[in-house]
Amino acid sequence: MSDIKVKTAPVQGVDGRSGGHLLEVENLHVEFRTRDGVAKVINGVSYHVDAGETLAVLGESGSGKSVTAQTIMGILDTPPGFVTGGSIRFRGKDLLTMGKDERRLVRGEGIAMVFQDALSALNPVFTVGFQIAELFRKRRGMSRADGYKRATELLDLVKIPAAKTRLKDFPHQFSGGMRQRVMIAMALALDPEVLIADEPTTALDVTVQAQIMDLLAEIRRDRNMGMILITHDLGVVADVADRIAVMYAGRIVEQADVHALYGKPCHPYTLALLDSLPRLDLKGQELNTIKGLPPNLLRIPSGCAFHPRCRMAKDICSAERPALVELGGVRASACHFAEELYGRE
Amino acid sequence: MSEVILEVRDLVKHFPIRQGIVFKRTIGQIKAVDGVSLDLHKGETLGIVGESGCGKSTLAKLLMNLEKPTSGEVRYQGRDVLRLSPAEQRKLRRNIQLVMQDPYTSLNPRMTVGDIVGEPFEIHPDAAPKGDRRRKVQELLDVVGLNPEHINRYPHQFSGGQRQRIGIARALALKPEVIVCDEPVSALDVSIQAQVMNLLDQLQTEFNLSYIFIAHDLSVVRHIADRVGVMYLGKMVEVGTDDDIYVRPTHPYTQALLSAVPVPDPTARQRKAVIRLEGDVPSPANPPSGCRFRTRCWKAQEICATETPLLQIRPTSGHPSACHFAQERDVVHAG
Ligand SMILES: Nc1ncnc2c1ncn2[C@@H]1O[C@H](COP(=O)(O)OP(=O)(O)OP(=O)(O)O)[C@@H](O)[C@H]1O
Ligand SMILES: Nc1ncnc2c1ncn2[C@@H]1O[C@H](COP(=O)(O)OP(=O)(O)OP(=O)(O)O)[C@@H](O)[C@H]1O
Ligand code: SF4
Ligand code: SF4
Ligand SMILES: [Mg+2]
Ligand SMILES: [Mg+2]
Repeated sequence: MSDIKVKTAPVQGVDGRSGGHLLEVENLHVEFRTRDGVAKVINGVSYHVDAGETLAVLGESGSGKSVTAQTIMGILDTPPGFVTGGSIRFRGKDLLTMGKDERRLVRGEGIAMVFQDALSALNPVFTVGFQIAELFRKRRGMSRADGYKRATELLDLVKIPAAKTRLKDFPHQFSGGMRQRVMIAMALALDPEVLIADEPTTALDVTVQAQIMDLLAEIRRDRNMGMILITHDLGVVADVADRIAVMYAGRIVEQADVHALYGKPCHPYTLALLDSLPRLDLKGQELNTIKGLPPNLLRIPSGCAFHPRCRMAKDICSAERPALVELGGVRASACHFAEELYGRE
Repeated sequence: MSEVILEVRDLVKHFPIRQGIVFKRTIGQIKAVDGVSLDLHKGETLGIVGESGCGKSTLAKLLMNLEKPTSGEVRYQGRDVLRLSPAEQRKLRRNIQLVMQDPYTSLNPRMTVGDIVGEPFEIHPDAAPKGDRRRKVQELLDVVGLNPEHINRYPHQFSGGQRQRIGIARALALKPEVIVCDEPVSALDVSIQAQVMNLLDQLQTEFNLSYIFIAHDLSVVRHIADRVGVMYLGKMVEVGTDDDIYVRPTHPYTQALLSAVPVPDPTARQRKAVIRLEGDVPSPANPPSGCRFRTRCWKAQEICATETPLLQIRPTSGHPSACHFAQERDVVHAG
C-alpha cells in the first residue's frame, strides 16, 4: 500500500536533490481571522528536526508553539486559522501542497503528535481500549481482538497499571497524568518517524515524568525517531534536548545547542525567561518576571515585538525588526544587540 | 500557629468499578483517597505533591464538597461541611474556591471570558452590583495578566496558559478565604508562572488567604508552600515544613521524588543521582498490603508487607513520616 512508500522514501529535496532535513518548517506564516481582526500568530517560523534528534521549543505561552505544531499536523482550526506563507517539508515533500490522502498517511506514521490537552484529544464516548484498537484496525487492517492486544501492550509500555482492565475505562475515569500516558501510547502506536510532543509531561509527577522521558528517549534511540518537544519545563529541556528554539510572538528569537543556550543566552527574552525560574535563594521573595503584557497579536509592536518589555531596548528596537542572525556559525539570535550579548564574558 | 480553617480527618473516597452492560455489578473499588488527614491554617499555604493518580485532584474535589466522601470528615471553621444548611452551603461555596487542573475542559466553550469570570457574581449577586460587574471582571483580568480588552473572547481563542489565568481570575472574583489550586501553574511558561505565584503571594498577604497548592513541580511548591504533604496511592506518606520535606526527607518515596526533579542545567545531566524507581505504579484498585510503596521501595523488609506504617513522628524523623525505616538520606535536592 502507499503508506509503505511514504515510510521507505529516501530523504530527498523537492527538486530531487538529496540531503535536507527530515522535517523542515520554513518561514511559516499563520493568521487567525477573528471577529476582532486578524491575529498574526505565526510570523516566519523556521525550524527543523533530524532523525534521532530532540529539538525543544520553548517560549511564552501564546507565542505560537502549539499552532505551529497543529499546522505541521494539518489540523489547524480553519477557519479562523489560515496558512499565509511558508513551507513544511517532510522527507523533502511540502506537506502544505500535498494532496489530502497523501497527507493523511503522513499523519500517525510519518509524524505523530501528543497533544497538550489530553482530555479533549480523546473521544469521551468511547473506551480507551476501543480508541486504540480502532487505530490498528483502520490503519493496519488488524482484527479488533488483535487491536485490543496491541492496545494492552501499549498501555503497559507507558506504565499504566492493570492495563488490560483499564482498557475498558472511558477517558474521564483516568487521572490527568494517566490520560497523558494514554495519549503518548496512541501517538507511538503507528511507529512514527517524528514525534511532536506538546507538553507531554506537564500533567505528570517527576518520577513518572522521568520514566516517560526515559521511555521517549529509548524509543527515539531505538527507532531513530526525531522529536519536537514543546514544553515550559526548563528542567526537562536541560535534561533531554539537543537543540532549542525559543519563540516569541510567532517568531523564533533564539536558536542554539542546549549547552550554549543555558550557558549564555543571547536574546534578552531568553535571558529574562531563565531569570524567572524559582530559585532556592529566592524563597519568600518575589520572583523575577517579565514586565508588561504578552503582545496583542492583533497589533504586534513595531520593530522588535519584545521591545515594550525589554530591559535592553533602545530607539532602534521599535523602528527596525531585528533579523535572526547567526552567531559564531553555531547559533542564532534575533536581537539588534545579539553580537554584544554573544561577545560578553 | 494561626487558627485551623480547614480540618480533614480520615477522608476516604472509593470509586466503584462496575462491569456488565445491562446489570452493572460492582466488581471492586478504586481507592482514590484512602484515609487522609490534614489541617490548613489561616493564611498558610499547604503544598501537596505526589505521583500522578495518587488522589490529589480527588482530594481537592472532596474539600470543595464536589464529591461525597465514602467516609471521613471535612470541617470548615469547625463545622462538618456535609451537615451544613443550604445557606451555610452557599457561604462555603463562596469562601472556598477551586482552580482546576485542566484549563481546557474546565471552561465552558460557549461562554465569553467575561461571562466565565463574572459567573460567580451571577450566583452571588450581592458580591458586586450589576452595573459594576463588567469593570470588576476587567479588573480581575488585569490582575491575572490578561488583556481586559479581551473580555468578549471565547476560551478557544486563548492559549493554554492564558486559559489557566482565566480560571484563576474566576476563583478570585468572590474574594474567598481558601483557594484550592489544582496544578494552577503547570501549563504556564516560567515567567507567567512567576507572575501568578507572585500574585498568589500578594493576594495572600493582602487578604490573609489560605491555599492548598497541588503541583507536580517540586521547585514551585517549595517556593510557595509553608508546609508540604507528600501523597502516594491515596495516602499521605510524609508531612512537614518545606525544609523538613526538601532538606530532611525521611520517606523513601519523597527521596525518590526529589532525586527525579529535573534541574535546569544541562551540565547536571551526568552529575545527577536519580533514584530510578523499579516496577510499576500499583493499581489503586488493588493496592499492596502493608506499606503501599513497598513494591517499588529499595528498603522494603518483611514488616512492610504485613504492617501499615503510620504517619507519625519517629525517633529517626522529626516530622511525620509513614515509613517503618524512616531516615534521612543524601539526595540531590530540587532547586
Ligand atoms: N482557534 C483560534 N482562534 C483564534 N486565536 C487562536 C486560536 N488558536 C490559537 N489562537 C491564538 O494563537 C496564539 C498562539 O497560540 P498557541 O496555542 O500556539 O500558543 P502556545 O505557544 O502553544 O501557548 P501555551 O504555551 O500557552 O500552550 C494565541 O495568542 C492564541 O490566542
Ligand atoms: N470519576 C471517577 N471514576 C472512577 N475512577 C476515578 C474517578 N476520578 C478519579 N478516579 C481514579 O482515582 C485515582 C485518583 O485520581 P486523581 O485524579 O485524584 O489523581 P491525581 O493525583 O490528581 O493525578 P494527576 O496528578 O495525574 O492529576 C485514579 O486512579 C483515577 O483513575
Ligand atoms: S532588538 Fe531591542 S527590544 Fe528586541 S530583544 Fe533586542 S534589545 Fe530587546
Ligand atoms: S515502610 Fe518499608 S516499604 Fe514502606 S517506604 Fe518504608 S521501608 Fe519502604
Ligand atoms: Mg500550547
Ligand atoms: Mg489531578
